[in-house]
Amino acid sequence: MTQSSAQLGGKPSAGTAFVVFDHVQKSYDGVSLVVKDLNLAIGKGEFVTMLGPSGSGKTTCLMMLAGFETATHGEITLDGRPINQVPPHKRGIGMVFQNYALFPHMTVGENLSFPLEVRGMARDQREAKVKRALDMVQMGAFLNRRPAQLSGGQQQRIALARALVFDPALVLMDEPLGALDKQLREHMQFEIKHLHESLGITVVYVTHDQGEALTMSDRVAVFNDGRIQQLATPQDLYERPDNSFVAQFIGENNRLAGVIEDISGGRCLVRLATGEVIDATPVNVTTIGAKTVVSIRPERVEFKPEMMPAGVHTIDAEVLEFIYMGDLFRTRLRVAGSEDFVIKARNAQGQRVLVPGEKIKVGWHPQDARALDP
Amino acid sequence: MTTATTELLKTADGRPLREALAAAQARSKRKAFWLVFPLLIFVLLTFLIPIGYMLKRSVEHDGFSKSSPTLTAWFQANSDFDHMNPPEAAFAALVTDLAQMQATKNTGMAGTRINYTVPGTISLFKKGAREAGDMQPPFKAALLTLDHAWGAPELWYAMEAAASKWTTDFYQVATDRKLTETGWQRGDDKQRIYLYLFFKTFLVSGIITVICMLLAFPVAHLLAVLPMSKSSLLMILVLLPFWTSLLVRTTAWIALLQEQGIVNDALVWMGVLSDEGRLSMMYNMTGTIIAMTHVLLPFMILPLYSVMRVIPPSYARAARSLGATSWTTFRRIYLPQTLPGIAAGSLLVFILAVGYYITPALVGGAEGQLISNLISFHMSKSNWSLAAALAAMLLAAILVLYWIYDRLVGIDRLKLG
Repeated sequence: MTQSSAQLGGKPSAGTAFVVFDHVQKSYDGVSLVVKDLNLAIGKGEFVTMLGPSGSGKTTCLMMLAGFETATHGEITLDGRPINQVPPHKRGIGMVFQNYALFPHMTVGENLSFPLEVRGMARDQREAKVKRALDMVQMGAFLNRRPAQLSGGQQQRIALARALVFDPALVLMDEPLGALDKQLREHMQFEIKHLHESLGITVVYVTHDQGEALTMSDRVAVFNDGRIQQLATPQDLYERPDNSFVAQFIGENNRLAGVIEDISGGRCLVRLATGEVIDATPVNVTTIGAKTVVSIRPERVEFKPEMMPAGVHTIDAEVLEFIYMGDLFRTRLRVAGSEDFVIKARNAQGQRVLVPGEKIKVGWHPQDARALDP
Repeated sequence: MTTATTELLKTADGRPLREALAAAQARSKRKAFWLVFPLLIFVLLTFLIPIGYMLKRSVEHDGFSKSSPTLTAWFQANSDFDHMNPPEAAFAALVTDLAQMQATKNTGMAGTRINYTVPGTISLFKKGAREAGDMQPPFKAALLTLDHAWGAPELWYAMEAAASKWTTDFYQVATDRKLTETGWQRGDDKQRIYLYLFFKTFLVSGIITVICMLLAFPVAHLLAVLPMSKSSLLMILVLLPFWTSLLVRTTAWIALLQEQGIVNDALVWMGVLSDEGRLSMMYNMTGTIIAMTHVLLPFMILPLYSVMRVIPPSYARAARSLGATSWTTFRRIYLPQTLPGIAAGSLLVFILAVGYYITPALVGGAEGQLISNLISFHMSKSNWSLAAALAAMLLAAILVLYWIYDRLVGIDRLKLG
């Protein structure tokens, strides 16, 4: 498991890489860098998501790939061909925009036919392709509608069909589901994933929604401050974050600050500021005495004495608040002076309900607690 | 079925729902009415009534009918008389009326009315009126001896028409028709000034509209895509002409374009032109077109800008990513979306240009005059009815254009800013 995910998380070899960012930098004003030394290799047929907060440089990377921005330094290659000097219309990359960008003065059919027309395709061939693309997104009946007559979800499908109708090998998606409501978004996530699998296209997807990134992607590149913080499979990203930013950005997370007391055999002991000692797995800390932040997922914290892993340190906790969330019980604790330590327990038959004021002990498997950079 | 149920609907206390709704809204409707009431009165007093009055003046003139009751009665009784050779009774009635005009000093006004359709009749009437009191029958011979012009058929056609204060004579004149021995006829081609001027006015307005569109399009696009700080500076430059007096701007063009003006001086100094070959760009049609284009340019830029500003750049990007060259993107994606702005700007500029008066008057010279200048000329000569007829025709032409525009583009797509 660890081995295979390490392979996926790593760079595909030069032979298989379809899109390569090689030491790419981008500056808009000549004073500061928006993208700092980006290296990324995307394999053919892969679904890679660029995830990050706004201003992290992810959209700029997508725009450079599409050809709407030029890299200040470095080279972007597509299928082995440098594309820095290739204008956008010659790149043959399909793109789905955040607001769909369906041409309002054209019907759905004309919108889909447009990329084929500019390629000089014959009329009957165009009609066949448009029909096939519309059927692919189950919108065959909407050929003669105008975009304004369609709902958000329908427009989204048309935008998707338009980006795919000319059979591009690479499709870019810039927060394509951002404007949809939650239920529709989840449905479209599934559909996009399905299309990706059945068509064998390479997809580069930009989003700031981590749930979307985790559900859909083969690999996720987490962007912050113009750099890729971690490039890994969704599972690795969630369970084995490389640094505090990723741990904090993906999912919910408890943080405990302390100092490394001992490291040995892939385990370490961390002494917290309040004096308690806890077990953890060292990730990017190496020396005894170094400051660290230990990160533990709320659902991996154990509080029932009978379920506690053997031989681990436990730590005193006081229940502050109990929140009933339906499928989950969410309990806020005071742990080692921190008042926002959260644990989550499944709402199972016979699950223990904690009462505010109750004193308990919490503990965890050492591999679930990751000692990261402070 | 739906209507049946809505008609049955009643409020909790049994009043019909529709009635209750009307009562509930009456107060806010009354309030809304009083808010627009001052404007309504203003528009009525300063716009609708004057226009209605103008339209009435174009078909009404009582200068002759008022002071010729005897002849009017005779015309009514003998509607099928021979214009080539009117009978003695007609001349008798005319002499009676002429004598009456001399007594009440209305000869000038009556003569002027006839003079509009048959030139040169004022002096004829004055002479006739002076002698009418002393004339003895047979009046036909007496009047013809005084001046044989009294026997002219066109004069009798004119008097017959002027005997009623309601008339289409001014529209006949305004469409270049002439009163001849056999009634109204299409005028001599050389003298067809009004229709020619209408045609010229529309042509020049069309040229100005096209030039404005070509100049305004890139400016509006720049305004729409530049960052806010730069675009507001550019917007001030666009609006600057609005804040300058029309006279000052027009005078500035005179200083620039006249034969001894800055542009010609510069061209001569650079050796592009010889001193004798100076271009005449002022006091002709060129001057009118240049100055009017300048004055009307903002009316094209502003609607275009308001449309372009809301076209998201992602459309162009989408087109490019789909494989369109920048020219195709402009032609197929950008241009069609700016059409409401182009249409609004063109309509605005064209209608303003058609009615423009002061700029052609100042810089147009003899050649660069438009229909408005002629309307103004007739007003200054007190021929209000002809001026009104010309103005009514101009108004009708614009309404027709507006109607065509509505059919082609749709007035709801108009975006004026």
